[in-house]
Amino acid sequence: MQVFFIIAILALGFLIVFQIAKASEYVSVLRGEEKTRKQNNRVNAFLLLAFLILGLIGVYYCNERLEGKILAFGSADSDHGLLIDKMMKISLIITGIVFFITQVLLFWFSYKYQESDNRKAYFYPHNNKLELIWTVIPAITLTVLVTFGIVYWFKITGDAPEGARQVEVVGSQFKWEFRYPGKDKILGKKYYKKTTADNPLGQDWDDVNNHDDVYGTGEMHLVVNKPVELVIYAKDVIHDVGLAHFRMKMDAVPGMPTRMWFTPTKTSKQKAKELGNPEFTYEISCDQMCGAGHTRMRGTVIVETQEEFDLWMATQKPKYAELMEAKEKNEAKVDTTAAKTVAQLEIKK
Amino acid sequence: MSNAAHPEVVTTHEVHHDEHHAHHHKETFITKYIFSQDHKTIGKQFLITGIIWAIIGGLFSVLFRLQLGFPGQTFPILETFFGKNAAGGLITPEFYYALITMHGTVLVFFVLTAGLSGTFANILIPLQIGARDMASPFLNMLSYWFFFIASIIMISSLFVQTGPASGGWTMYPPLSALHDAGEGSKIGTDLWLISMAMFIVSSLLGGLNYITTILNMRTKGLSMTRLPLPIWAMFFTAVLGVLSFPVLLSGAILLLFDRNLGTSFYLSDIVVNGQILPNEGGSAILFQHLFWFLGHPEVYIILLPAMGMVSEILSVNSRKPIFGYMAMLGSLFAIAILAFLVWAHHMFVTGLNPFLGSIFVLLTLLIAVPSAIKVFNWLTTLWRGNIRFTPAMLFAIGFVSLFISGGLTGIFLGNSTIDIHLHDTMFVVAHFHIVMGVASFFGMFAGVYHWFPKMYGRYLNKTLGYIHFWVTMIGAYLIFWPMHYQGLAGMPRRYLDKSIWTNFNVFQDLDAMITVVSIIVFAVQLLFVFNFFYSMFKGRKVTTPNPWGANTLEWTTPINPGHGNWEGEIPEVHRWPYDYGKDGREHIMQTEKPGANESEHH
Repeated sequence: MQVFFIIAILALGFLIVFQIAKASEYVSVLRGEEKTRKQNNRVNAFLLLAFLILGLIGVYYCNERLEGKILAFGSADSDHGLLIDKMMKISLIITGIVFFITQVLLFWFSYKYQESDNRKAYFYPHNNKLELIWTVIPAITLTVLVTFGIVYWFKITGDAPEGARQVEVVGSQFKWEFRYPGKDKILGKKYYKKTTADNPLGQDWDDVNNHDDVYGTGEMHLVVNKPVELVIYAKDVIHDVGLAHFRMKMDAVPGMPTRMWFTPTKTSKQKAKELGNPEFTYEISCDQMCGAGHTRMRGTVIVETQEEFDLWMATQKPKYAELMEAKEKNEAKVDTTAAKTVAQLEIKK
Repeated sequence: MSNAAHPEVVTTHEVHHDEHHAHHHKETFITKYIFSQDHKTIGKQFLITGIIWAIIGGLFSVLFRLQLGFPGQTFPILETFFGKNAAGGLITPEFYYALITMHGTVLVFFVLTAGLSGTFANILIPLQIGARDMASPFLNMLSYWFFFIASIIMISSLFVQTGPASGGWTMYPPLSALHDAGEGSKIGTDLWLISMAMFIVSSLLGGLNYITTILNMRTKGLSMTRLPLPIWAMFFTAVLGVLSFPVLLSGAILLLFDRNLGTSFYLSDIVVNGQILPNEGGSAILFQHLFWFLGHPEVYIILLPAMGMVSEILSVNSRKPIFGYMAMLGSLFAIAILAFLVWAHHMFVTGLNPFLGSIFVLLTLLIAVPSAIKVFNWLTTLWRGNIRFTPAMLFAIGFVSLFISGGLTGIFLGNSTIDIHLHDTMFVVAHFHIVMGVASFFGMFAGVYHWFPKMYGRYLNKTLGYIHFWVTMIGAYLIFWPMHYQGLAGMPRRYLDKSIWTNFNVFQDLDAMITVVSIIVFAVQLLFVFNFFYSMFKGRKVTTPNPWGANTLEWTTPINPGHGNWEGEIPEVHRWPYDYGKDGREHIMQTEKPGANESEHH
């Protein structure tokens, strides 16, 4: 019923607008088409100017309203993030100036040179000097942007510093899994065909480097002020490790491990305090559409001090140790039952 | 639809005196309106099919925006439309992805490629170059009908049980390659791929025809540098399409193989739903290279025709020549070349080699130079003009404004350093909707308002046109400008429900506002559609052959040109198309011979 009403109202609205439009056409014929046309012209020229002024006010207002909700430039919580913020600031200033000048000229010219009986259009087909100027100036400006961009880009995507801690991140529909190297600081080899329910990452147990690797899910632990290199895998479809607060992002591609490194500069607690929001937590978002659960593919990051991290690591049991324990228990079980049967048989004898 | 029933197509200048043209033979309803080989009719077929698609694609976006704007609320209307996919009035996540996939595919390919360049290349090329029809009217007709088949297949995919494709309009494997990765990755994706293959055939048939026609069938005196700018734009568009669409076709075929024949072009090391797949050695990224090798030129396939038409309309209504014709041409050329060399800027965070990435940064930002030249030339065209604000002119000015806004945000995204942060966020959505979506739509609207009198011999209602423009212009900025802020907050695109995210859950008011505005804007587009069909039959009749006082050849045809366009000889051209306000004269048609003491002659 409600839908019916809405449709009825819309249809009525259409009808009214249409009737007005139709009537205005007749009126223009009656009043003299040329006269109405000129009037329309003046109205639209004025509206264009109004659009410019209100639009610029709108741009300002929009910024006032939403500025507090974005990740402020310069607030990045990683060393690379600060470079990215700086680059954004440079781009924003340059494009902001160009935006303002060109939009003002566009609407101002439209208003100023609206049709008038007193003016004749100026025949002005080309001017090589002008054209050269506005080829060269954008070219120089862009060279500046490209230079900054590429220098920062190489800094960010260059090799991780020696001694950077590795953490493996694995995306799958629709969760994040992590693996931390143990004391040997080496992540053991893996092969996807070894994946089982007990061995979710397909670690190869013949590789001793695997024996002390710690497995975790949902939550990633990082050490503040220590460079970390994420080694990123995907099991099924393409995912993306998005770390908005660190301004970092890298796809997780099945069959092709990717890497990214950065240094977190604040612990989670520091950041929560800074924002005055005890609920705050760094989040990992999946930024590459991966299926129905894409929206819910959330992980968290806990940045902590070295001591806290070591403490946490100490409480974690490597997957290999877990498996071995389970195996031993099983074997023990088998042993005892076997012993019992033997004993029973012996008694029967 | 035999060839015999079709008027002789004049291919050389020597036979201009040929008296063969329309009205000499009988045309049935079928040969005139359905299997027509008249380029004007085919153009209108593209336009009307495009309009129908635009309504479908636009409606999808309005419906999923309801869910985004008012999360948790139920909308019975959604269940009416989508049945079990929106049981209880809430869109299921799977179906949300199907909707955005269809919205993207339909608008990018079916509306803005076929509906825009298909329409205006067909209508304008022969009319503005002085040809009786395309080089091959038959292939031209096939081009439309392949598009029609593609449309039928795509529509049918909406009704299969597992739903249409839901891998995003970019259709990245393995999501799109694995039947088990989601409902939409089942039969829906096969239909999507087959439909796209048909679409590519259509676009190639059209493109080859446009190129041949422009190169070979220009009337006497119409050298390449005297061509109106829309024709140059259509020419580069066609070249881009012919060179890049086949690459997408190969990508799509390999994907079909991976899906159905067990090949491993894109698949390697996959464990899906606990099931270990045997495929090894493929590269999921290969598809992205193939896709974006079309995908990026595609952006310009959409944008260039709009640029060309806007240049023409700005010049006609400013009563001034377009400023820097050769620079406009050169920048079109530069954009067309660079369009092929920037595809990997969509892939900065896929693990692409950083050095390769840096090359793509350089080439990508280079595009800003020809784009800037175009903007400055448009501004100078307005400067000291005597501007008439027809609805077409307003849309052309709106195009320039949107092109500036959306182009400048491209400078952020093309810079790989910034792209690390903004990649796949709402910032990208805002950027390409403004520069590619809305701007191209504005170019298309400008074209429709400007050439409607030529198409149907009637005017569109002007008042409705003004309402259409102002609501759309204001609405477009209200919808897409604040979206940049969501991106700057790091909010990923394609998120249906932000409630579980502590950091992205702060834009509820904004999302609601955007939804309300998009409903209004959509309603006004329906008003335009109404105006279009009403005016086609009942609009005010055009009484003069050249209602806008333009110089180009299409305005030398009769008000309602038949098949063959000109009665009698094809006119000869003596000058470029932009002699407005020259030597104190209002305008000088291209067909007029140079005067004895005329200043600088082009």
